[in-house]
Amino acid sequence: MAATTDMEAHRSAGAPISLLPLRRNGASATMRPFSHLDRLESESMHIIREVAAEFRNPVMLYSIGKDSAVMLHLAMKAFAPGVPPFPLLHVDTTWKFRAMIEFRDRIAREMGLELIVHTNQDGVAQGVNPFSHGSKVHTDIMKTEALKQALNAGGYDAAFGGARRDEEKSRAKERVFSFRSKSHRWDPKAQRPELWSLYNTRVAPGESVRVFPLSNWTELDIWQYIHREGIELVPLYFAAPRPIVEYNGMWIMVDDDRMPEQHRQNPVDRMVRFRTLGCYPLTGAVESQATSVPDIILELLASRASERQGRAIDKDQIGSMEKKKQEGYF
Amino acid sequence: MATDPADAPQIDIDAFLAQQDAKDQLRFITCGSVDDGKSTLLGRLLYDSKTVFEDQLGAAEVESKKYGTQGAEVDLALLVDGLQAEREQGITIDVAYRYFETDKRKFIAADTPGHEQYTRNMATGASTADLAIILIDARKGVLTQTRRHSFIVSLLGIKNVILAVNKMDLMDWDGATFEAIVEEYSAFVSDLEIEHVHAIPLSALTGANVFSGSAEMPWYQGPTLMRLLETIQITRDTTGLPFRMPVQWVNRPNSDFRGFSGTIASGDVSVGDPVAASLTGRSSRVSRIVGPSGDLDRAMAPQSVTVCLEDEIDISRGDMLAHPGTPPAVADQFAAHIVWMDSEKMLPERAYLVRFATAAATAQITDLVHKIDVNTLEKQATKTLELNEVGYCKLALDRAVPFDAYESVRQTGSFVLIDRFTNTTVGAGTIDFPLRRASNIEWHQMKVDKTARAAANGQTPRILWFTGFSGSGKSTVADRLEQKLHAIGRRTYLLDGDNVRHGLNKDLGFTDHDRVENIRRVAEVAKLMADAGLIVLTSFISPFRAERQMARDLLDEGEFVEVFVDTPLEVCEARDPKGLYKKARAGQLKNFTGIDSDYEPPEAAEITLKSAEQDPDTLADQIIAWLRDQKAI
Ligand SMILES: Nc1nc2c(ncn2[C@@H]2O[C@H](COP(=O)(O)OP(=O)(O)O)[C@@H](O)[C@H]2O)c(=O)[nH]1
Repeated sequence: MAATTDMEAHRSAGAPISLLPLRRNGASATMRPFSHLDRLESESMHIIREVAAEFRNPVMLYSIGKDSAVMLHLAMKAFAPGVPPFPLLHVDTTWKFRAMIEFRDRIAREMGLELIVHTNQDGVAQGVNPFSHGSKVHTDIMKTEALKQALNAGGYDAAFGGARRDEEKSRAKERVFSFRSKSHRWDPKAQRPELWSLYNTRVAPGESVRVFPLSNWTELDIWQYIHREGIELVPLYFAAPRPIVEYNGMWIMVDDDRMPEQHRQNPVDRMVRFRTLGCYPLTGAVESQATSVPDIILELLASRASERQGRAIDKDQIGSMEKKKQEGYF
Repeated sequence: MATDPADAPQIDIDAFLAQQDAKDQLRFITCGSVDDGKSTLLGRLLYDSKTVFEDQLGAAEVESKKYGTQGAEVDLALLVDGLQAEREQGITIDVAYRYFETDKRKFIAADTPGHEQYTRNMATGASTADLAIILIDARKGVLTQTRRHSFIVSLLGIKNVILAVNKMDLMDWDGATFEAIVEEYSAFVSDLEIEHVHAIPLSALTGANVFSGSAEMPWYQGPTLMRLLETIQITRDTTGLPFRMPVQWVNRPNSDFRGFSGTIASGDVSVGDPVAASLTGRSSRVSRIVGPSGDLDRAMAPQSVTVCLEDEIDISRGDMLAHPGTPPAVADQFAAHIVWMDSEKMLPERAYLVRFATAAATAQITDLVHKIDVNTLEKQATKTLELNEVGYCKLALDRAVPFDAYESVRQTGSFVLIDRFTNTTVGAGTIDFPLRRASNIEWHQMKVDKTARAAANGQTPRILWFTGFSGSGKSTVADRLEQKLHAIGRRTYLLDGDNVRHGLNKDLGFTDHDRVENIRRVAEVAKLMADAGLIVLTSFISPFRAERQMARDLLDEGEFVEVFVDTPLEVCEARDPKGLYKKARAGQLKNFTGIDSDYEPPEAAEITLKSAEQDPDTLADQIIAWLRDQKAI
């Protein structure tokens, strides 16, 4: 994949390795009863292979979060003992937690996958940032716009995303293969009927699809699967003492000194974790003692606030996610 | 912002995870007519199973004030009504999927709209469902839509139906009303392929018989809806069926490994089993099975696996692995039910793309046997299928593909039809049985082939496909061009309306249907002529993109040259060489392109001619220059 001027391509050296412990005949895994997780796993692998088989130039959007981690794990399984025949793409707003970036680079290297990182250089040049421009402008320019740039530059006809239908009401009607016009718009009325596991993969030049292999997973499924499979996550998901300040009604971790001076005064060390990972100034921490995946599952069962509440993007108005999607937000 | 661990219920996490791991999954659809209470019922299931989070409930409260129908109460329907547009219109317009779980099972519910026009959405939701909940408003009883929904459910192979008789609160919880509805429904459903019907009287609004029983209806002794959903046994036992694995992907990461990846559609397979590739009949034995978590001795539906064979046999995507003794049908014709899903009606002569489990082909509907009135189940003769209509058809493919009857294996007996021009999914089908061709047409490998003939003619075959309005100048330019080509020693043939409509196509008129067939025959003849090594000029209005695309697809890459004679309609009408526009305007000629029939201009014609601005001679030279440039002459 040719790297364009504002993309850096990290391709790891050496031969690809498979993460799956593949046993030879005779030493087979004992057969569990086929559970709901197995059914979801199988369905997702099927979807991922369909894309590889039918599209000219697919890419996997990798956001470094837990859903991306599960999606990548499933992609590795789908092509084992080989590696997925498509690169990973990360849209870097330059405001992600430092721990995310380290994790991203290491995972891509260890899995032997090509990683493309794209940043909206126009936005950087204009000095767009979440503090002076606010969450909406920052997200529009550094995320939504940047994603379109990256997809256009790569000429991708299919892009995997880790979204789930249970995340938000407007996602409940999303197709697994979600058709996008040349301008990346999503038209809820122009989606193709999707029957059985027969996906319509036809696109005209310039058009594309977003593919959501985790469509049928719930948040609890994701955590149970992470537990069952021992999938590694960015440590920020687990509770630890972290330097916290209150900003915009959220607890924000002071990740670097780009945070305006007046806001990062007197951070307090608190035992916190993050339920979702994004740009650090826009991602609220929650107080938690959960230091392991079972702890998190317990916490999830006890908690009654849905997932995106920790993210500043969704709250503004009713139906806001739907509007964002029509504009091309993932 | 914080969760106080002291609030957390005391849960034994290991026991919990073990229980979770053992849970299975039930996928169901809810169907009913508008206002039967589907959204309320689903909202109730989510709410009572505690799948609704506080902030979502908070948002629903806000919205209830804005759009709700329940006064001060929270309208549970707003928990599931997804998109803003439909929220404002108050109707559900698409299929939405909902997720909830109880201690026993995980559920995926397809929320299917009840609006009369949306049969296609119902079919979509039903295609992946194990069970259907059909709602009835107790005040209204069995409606036309109830029959329609039950028929679609049956057509898509769902054997278990829960008949939810809702709004019992509005009928004073009357047992006789319930009995009468059940009786009427049972009589109707006996004509269908539905095996089990479980009827439950309930109220989505009050929650009676949804999660907990109902003191108001002591006459009902059966299970609550939730109890039934949790315990119902769905015979998803595919292990008794023959092994089928449609090949999705050939996995060849290095020279040491070659495996065939796919999702097992039915049956099971073990290391050492004999298997055959359906398309070639070549067989081998399974040497290794790579499962999702490492190697397996045995794998079964619906696992996604990669199968390695002892021998190198030629297998690619679209083929199907099966036991040699129980192969699927391999045929290029079959009979099937089709649900039409597009606002543009079916044109039986048009070639559509057909997608099977992993195979794809081009299909033509050779025989539209009948359509089925989904309300009465009556069979009616028809020439086409409109949106939401169901028909029984015979289809012919351009190649043989492996498949099963839908009744035996859903995954390998289903297909979708795709319009090759717009790329939209226009229909969905369930296969009934394979058909044999009346006579076996074998494609003989001829010694004298196209290349040999073209070489003998000293030229490269081309189809110069002229398209444009009547009077645009197609025939004039084509005629000039043929003279010029002839003069330089090229072998040509000009096909136009006069020599085709009076002979080969004299049985055809000018309806959309006949126009499509007219062009199909012309394209086939042009193809034979190209095969004979000729440069062919065709001069037909050919108003539809799809037909021109069909002609293009019939031919080899680069052979088809679309020549758009781009003359404005006003100019053509002013010229009116045969007085046809005048007649059409006077209403004496029906279906005249540009007047009362559409012309779809090419989007990327190889050559565009402006005949309003230049004389025919110059335009013919423009084409000659293009052909030279392409080294075609
Ligand atoms: N009295 C009563 N009203 C109900 C019941 N279920 C639904 N409704 C009402 O019927 C109307 C339509 O319900 P809704 O769930 O939106 O119907 P849908 O179009 O099938 O999704 C709403 O005003 C509901 O409050 C019920 O069991 N009893």
